[in-house]
Amino acid sequence: MAKIKFILNNEMRTVDVEPNETLLDVLRDKMGVKSPKCGCDRGDCGACAVMIDGKSVRSCLVFAIEVNGQEVTTLEGISQPKLTKLQEAFIQFNSFQCGYCAPGVIISATELLNNNPHPDLEEIKEALSGNLCRCTGYQPIFEAIMDVSRKRKK
Amino acid sequence: MNKYKFVGKPIVRIDGREKVSGAAIYGDDIDFGPNLLYAEIVESTEAHAIIKSIDTSEAEKVEGVFKVFTGKDFPYKFGLYMKDRYIFAQDKVRFVGEQVAAVIGRTPQAAKKGAQLVKVEYKPLPVVTNQMDALKKDSVLLHPDLGEYPHVPWFFPKPKTNVAHWRKTRKGDLEKGFKEADLVFEDEYFVPRYAHCAIETHVAIGKYDLGGRLTVWSSSQSPHTQRHLFAEALAPMGLTHKDVRVIAPHVGGGFGGKAGVTMEIIPAALATKLKGYAVKLRWTRQQEFVNTYQRLGVVAKLKVGVKKDGTITALDHKIYWDAGAYVEYGANVVNAVGLSAIGPYRIPNVSIDSVCVYTNLPPGGAYRGFGYSEMLFGLESHMTQIAHKLGMDEVKFRLKNAIKEGDKTAYGADMNPNGLLECIEKVAKEIDWGKKIVSKDPKKAIGKGFSLFWKAPAMPPNASSSAFLKFNEDASINLIISGMDIGQGYQTVMAQIAAEVLSVPPSKIRVETPDTDRNPYEWQTVASHITWSSGNAVKKAAIDAKEQILALVERVFVIPKDQLYLEDEAVKCTTRKNFNLPLRDFVVNGIMTEDGTFKGGPINARGMFLPEFSSANSDPETSQGGHPNVHYTVGAGALILEVDKDTGKMHVIKAVEAIDAGQAINPDLIKGQITGGLLQGLATVLYEDMRYDEKGKLLNPNFTDYKIPTAMDVPDEIVPIIVEVPQPDGPFGARGIGEHTMLPAAPMIANAVEDAIGIRIKSMPFTAEKVAMAMLNLKNKKGK
Ligand code: FES
Ligand code: FES
Repeated sequence: MAKIKFILNNEMRTVDVEPNETLLDVLRDKMGVKSPKCGCDRGDCGACAVMIDGKSVRSCLVFAIEVNGQEVTTLEGISQPKLTKLQEAFIQFNSFQCGYCAPGVIISATELLNNNPHPDLEEIKEALSGNLCRCTGYQPIFEAIMDVSRKRKK
Repeated sequence: MNKYKFVGKPIVRIDGREKVSGAAIYGDDIDFGPNLLYAEIVESTEAHAIIKSIDTSEAEKVEGVFKVFTGKDFPYKFGLYMKDRYIFAQDKVRFVGEQVAAVIGRTPQAAKKGAQLVKVEYKPLPVVTNQMDALKKDSVLLHPDLGEYPHVPWFFPKPKTNVAHWRKTRKGDLEKGFKEADLVFEDEYFVPRYAHCAIETHVAIGKYDLGGRLTVWSSSQSPHTQRHLFAEALAPMGLTHKDVRVIAPHVGGGFGGKAGVTMEIIPAALATKLKGYAVKLRWTRQQEFVNTYQRLGVVAKLKVGVKKDGTITALDHKIYWDAGAYVEYGANVVNAVGLSAIGPYRIPNVSIDSVCVYTNLPPGGAYRGFGYSEMLFGLESHMTQIAHKLGMDEVKFRLKNAIKEGDKTAYGADMNPNGLLECIEKVAKEIDWGKKIVSKDPKKAIGKGFSLFWKAPAMPPNASSSAFLKFNEDASINLIISGMDIGQGYQTVMAQIAAEVLSVPPSKIRVETPDTDRNPYEWQTVASHITWSSGNAVKKAAIDAKEQILALVERVFVIPKDQLYLEDEAVKCTTRKNFNLPLRDFVVNGIMTEDGTFKGGPINARGMFLPEFSSANSDPETSQGGHPNVHYTVGAGALILEVDKDTGKMHVIKAVEAIDAGQAINPDLIKGQITGGLLQGLATVLYEDMRYDEKGKLLNPNFTDYKIPTAMDVPDEIVPIIVEVPQPDGPFGARGIGEHTMLPAAPMIANAVEDAIGIRIKSMPFTAEKVAMAMLNLKNKKGK
């Protein structure tokens, strides 16, 4: 067991972890942060995506011990103090069905728009290609992202 | 032209906010505290074997292992339509991955370590992984006791064979039909197995508390059916229905895979031996592939007779299903298709044999489409082939033979009102049917493919729905129902239906996921019947509430009820223009009268629906006589496909799908079903490819090797078309569309491939490799 300390959703937290525990398991089971989901536990589905220092990563592939001293943001953090324009657009476009992929998709899409405020369709597809969604056919997710981009001032 | 205020409107999902904020709770998200136990399953490594011995002694020694259970602890069978399945393997295993034992640990790690140390000794039996082999006389038998298994009366197992059910449908005179034909055409089609791949794997937590009640939290499409099957299977332990409670949180995708009962029975049963503890079982992605349900595999033999003018005279459709090791649910897939394998066509002379065959592969079961995708791949490929042989345009051929209202189905019932012709015409127009597109790139060929589809809900004739509706002080509403929002938008659509009747906006209606203790009965969220069936129950509950409201106002204000109506959350009156009584003034606290007394009280309403006209009674040799299907939903689809002539790589340029929803309650959600369902269907033909070795072991149980579509694989353009020919007994005329959206995908691709490159492929999937090889073969043949 090692004690690690990192910023989780704007709050400094400490937690004891085993060296082989994944960030996904530690967030969910030891820190009560449940938005990152487990869909495959091997880096294939993207449902577990979180941001580390602003970059999206699959938390099932990261050992918790590695985030010591860094800043981790999950969907819970993004949703505070209020939903972002992107999240509101996802509601307006009925972008999700079962919603299980949503935490990961929103992390990827948020990262995309942070780096590239006006992505084209190909860039959107590329950015989301690591997030599997079995329900929607992706179309309504693309539409919401494009809508946010369109409404942003150039 | 919309006559409704909330029905037919593209209202945003009422569960949208919780799903995009991370607030939505799924099964694995529920906290049970540090006393929670974890189960790890010891799986069979053999596809067919006698269990000689199980040695758990080493596992029991592991620190943190709490207990180890085997089949001996649970000698119980279960099953939805046929009780052929066991909570744990008893003396025999029948597929690789079957649950043999469970190790209970204080931590998942301890349970896992223990499970690795359980030693199971097997005596292998011959393995049969193919339904055609399993049908042979000398095949090994999977279930020698088949004759003793309890089943619903409309199943016909053949004891001492591997045939678990044989649905025969006969209509007219087949021989005469083929004699009348100018052309008789036969062919064979092959569809492999597929996996649902909901992104959330199955999870269930069982708790048998010290007070003697069993609660199961379950990621499920079927909370009430689960409660019923748990109570039935565990009845020997003294449990009754009232002692069993199923709580179903949000579900991370179902697609049929979370219908009925699969792995959930394990923690439910384990809990009964772990009194006072909660025990959790969550499938890994690999287990999800192997030990839930898979879509059944199909070998279909088709023979169709047609006249020169294109009239179909006869159809002989033989479908052999690879149903896997246990068919308690899967046999009903076979049954459903056995009644409907004429497709949406008017055919006077019909013979259908739909044969459910046991094999040593994982259990087959419900998968979005419930067998119709598999059946339609052959049928719709065949219809295109015949039209071409007749020299007739395939769309004209389909228009000529398309089933109409009042035509007889294969089992002799009348076809319901439907907009099939309108669907065909709209799709043909949108895809510019008949106009050949030539690619500018000489390396690419472009083709168009067309397909019809139909499907009826497959359910017992007494499958029912019910609803409670209660008003709150501010006239907001809790709608208490037990269908599952598996993503289709059920909660939103039910809110819209109640809203329409009560003039309360859907945003003021809360619908939660169910708890069988508190929510009224619902059969299951399957069969695309929930909008129709639960919608009827909700509508009745709303009408009940409205009646209570109007009766109260009539009594207090002495205004005849027929002059009262609801509008904008208030009671209004046709004869007194300024009469306006807001609902929030009285729906809980009643109406104060002159003497200070109050009349009325909380408005609590109920509704239920059971299709009283449905019956599964029919002649077992012909299927004539009953009314097994409540109605069909129909539609048509077409696409434009680009094929790379060198690599075989395919790309969908445009796809169109028209579906007759009766009345779209929420057109935006229907469009969502079309874009999502279509891609799921395209994936079965273009990407997903399940590989087994000859010993029945799945070789690619993960998303690296079993490819489901990513954002890169979406068609360039999808055009959804909603047709509305009302269903007379549907809520506001609605019928279900959820499964149907994926049905035409595979035959559209098959027909488009032929149109593009002149090659007919009859076995799914159409990987780029397969298409490239087919082109190479053709070239070589031509070269000779
Ligand atoms: S759970 Fe991490 S990528 Fe699937
Ligand atoms: S909405 Fe269900 S997986 Fe994306």
